[in-house]
Order: sequence, then structure tokens, then C-alpha cells
Amino acid sequence: MRAVLCGAALALTIAPAMAQKSPYADYQRMAAENAPVELYELAGEEAWAKKQGPKNVSLERCDLGQGPGVLKGAYAGLPRYFADADRVMDLETRLLYCMMTLQGRAREEATKRVFGNADHASEMEVLSAYIARQSNGMPIAPGTSHPKEKAAYALGQKLYFHRAGPWDFSCASCHGEEGKRIRMSELPVLYKPQYAGPLMATWPAYRVSTSAFVTLQWRINDCYRQMRMPEPAYASDATVALIDFITVTAQGTPYRGPSIKR
Amino acid sequence: MRIRRALVLSFTAGLAACATPATAPIGERPPAPSPRDLDEITAVLKRDFHERGQAKMDRIQLDEVQRACNLNADHPPADAARALEQAELKKIPFPAGSLIGDWKKGEKLAQSGRGAMWSDKPGVQQGASCYNCHQISPKETAFGTIGPSLAGFGKTRGNGAEMQRYVYGKIYDAKAYNLCSQMPRLGSSGSLNDEQIRDLVGLLLDPASPVNQ
Repeated sequence: MRAVLCGAALALTIAPAMAQKSPYADYQRMAAENAPVELYELAGEEAWAKKQGPKNVSLERCDLGQGPGVLKGAYAGLPRYFADADRVMDLETRLLYCMMTLQGRAREEATKRVFGNADHASEMEVLSAYIARQSNGMPIAPGTSHPKEKAAYALGQKLYFHRAGPWDFSCASCHGEEGKRIRMSELPVLYKPQYAGPLMATWPAYRVSTSAFVTLQWRINDCYRQMRMPEPAYASDATVALIDFITVTAQGTPYRGPSIKR
Repeated sequence: MRIRRALVLSFTAGLAACATPATAPIGERPPAPSPRDLDEITAVLKRDFHERGQAKMDRIQLDEVQRACNLNADHPPADAARALEQAELKKIPFPAGSLIGDWKKGEKLAQSGRGAMWSDKPGVQQGASCYNCHQISPKETAFGTIGPSLAGFGKTRGNGAEMQRYVYGKIYDAKAYNLCSQMPRLGSSGSLNDEQIRDLVGLLLDPASPVNQ
């Protein structure tokens, strides 16, 4: 993290000179340098080490699949099956599990504010930024061999094509055909590796349009909102299955996030 | 109690049997789900989703059309599709007289993507979301491409009684004309009322609408 800190300090030094040139220079510089993302990563590093919950411990012993406390490559290896929980978990689901088991926090408390906003990112969001960064450059390699991993993939695939709700939508209604748009937004066909790869390589991400850092659990949640469906529970098997399906479809792609999106 | 336990057991057995389900190779569309698959998915939605705002849990229940489209990966046998389309067509309450409403109001509705989401206030006017998927007025360049372009619709197709009826019906219930169309059933779903659908018919068919200029 020292390099990140140096980068942020350097950026602050340059900022006044740049700002005088053009009103957009500052924005462009920040976008290019991933500066906003780095700030979330720094907050995430703090959240990771913060002692809290009834047991007053940090998350530093949380096992994200590579052993307790190992963060390097952890995100690129998710979702995967965890024997201790006997289920497939994505990053956020695993973090929630650690908050409940290691820190002794109640699910209700730990999930009270999982999606933040421009003013205040959530604990899950900053943790996601911090942890995902440490898989940057590594190939996406979710678990695919355990029967429950196979079942999660299969369920995610079925959910992706399942039409329901007042407007008869499935994920594939928008993300089903190549070359289509909603308004001006191009729609990636997420059951195809050539679209899933570049997309999954960049989540979680800072969204310029909302000035907020967003995660995959948020993305799935917001798609179902727009599909006019009821709300999927955070970290539920259904959301994990969809994330698993798309991540497995993207496997092998070098992870290059967390990133900046429109 | 015994019945409930039996139900739970059979449900659990069903899930276990699905532990190694048929999946498509990566990059391919999966085969159509079986009726049992559909029950499994609905059970998962029932377990993992909850109502929020106006988005109640009854929205996960499939009607005949959704069932037929899901079970046939959107390509049902022609006979079955025709029968269901006819049944949908019969449910459209076509009004008498001209169906061409106010295209200006229609344009506003076509622009709006609001309504029926858990984040929308219940009772607030829903939009028709037309531009999300269709090119319509030449003045709006931010249009989607999931549906066909409707530019110049009335100019090229005319605006007689039959065309008015077709456009009204298509907006009210797109599935009456193409069972597994990706277009929502805006009238059947209660998203738009009669007057609003007429305004949209006006947007597409009124010679004064920018669509036909």
C-alpha cells in the first residue's frame, strides 16, 4: 500500500498546476490515475484491520480461500466452495461470513448498509476495493470442481435465462444478443466469454456517473430492480449463483480491477 | 405435520437430484429448462427474494405465457404459440373509434423509464420505456436497439383503423402477436392505461407526430 500512498501524495502535488489548464484536466487526471479507486482501497485497508463486533477483532484472519489472512490472488479465486460454511461464496458473501463468525456480528447489523452512495461508501464496498486490488494481473480462476460449485454455475445459468415478473424479463432480455443497446449503453452478452471476460476483469468499480464505488452484489441487485422483480437477498445463493455463472464464463481473463466505469 | 415434513423431504430430494444438473458448455445458450427445473428456479426465487416496496413476491409466479416461453427457450411449437397468442388477443379491451391520442403526451411516456420498480413510489405514473429499446422520433438520438426502429412508422405503414388497432394491441399486449417477444405487455401488466396507450399510438401514427415528419 505504500506505493498507493505515494501515488496519492504525488497526485495531490500535481493537482493545482493541472487544474489551471482546463476544468477537465483534473477530472481526466483522476480518471487516468485511478485516484478515486485508490481512496476506496485505502479505506478498505483500514476496515480490514479495524477491530469491531462483539469479539472486538479485525477481519485479518478471514480466510478468503487462500488461507487465513491471505489476500494476494484471493479475489481472482472467487467464487468458490468453502467447506466451513458448506456453500459457494463470492467475495461479499465470504466477508459477511467472516464478520459473523470471526467478529461475532449479527447478520442484520453487518448487512444494514451494504450499498453506499457518493458521500459515504459502505464497509463492503471499501473492503471489496482493497481485496480485489490484490488480484490485479492474475487470471480469473473461480472454483469449478466441487459439486456445489457445479450446482452454483448451473443455477446461475438457469436464472440468467429465466423470464419472470410483470415485464417478462430475464437477464438475457437485455444481455442476450450481441450488438444491442439500452439507450446509449452497449449491452455485454454475459454468457459469452468474449463479453464476460473484459467485464468481470473490471469489477468492482468506481462509477463516474454516480460518483460511487459499486460491487457485483450491487450490480445483480440493481438489475433485478430494473427488471421489476422483488429484491434478491444480499449474499443469497441466487445472487452468488449468477455471479458464479458469469465469473466462470470469464475464467482465464487477467483481472485488471478495481476499475473506473462510466 | 407429517404432510409438511413429507413436502420438505421431497423438496430437499428434488434439490439434491439437481446437484449435477445439465448445463450448457461455456458460451452457449443452455437447453430449455424442464418443468421440474422451472419449479426449482421458482422455489429458489421464493427462498432468496423478498418483497420490497411495490415489488411483491407474487411477481415471481409465472403465467401461461412466461411458462411456455421459459419451457421452450422462447421458441414454442407453432401451434401452442398460436393458441396462447389468440388467448392473449381476446383479453385486449380494444376501444371503439379512433385510437390516435395526443402524440406529445405519448412522446413523454415513451421517454420515461419509470414505474413498477421497488424504488418507484406506488401510484406514480409509469413510463413506457420505449426509447430504451426503439428508435422513434428523429429528435431523440439516445435510443436503444433491442427492438426494431419505429422511425417513420405511420408514414410508411399508414394510420387506418386496422393499423391503429394493431399498434394499440401490440403495446397493450405484445405477446398476443409474438408469444415470446422481449417487449413487455404494457397494458396487461397494468403499467399503462387506455388513454396512455392511445397517446403512444398517436406518437407512432399521427401525421403531425415528429415520428412521421
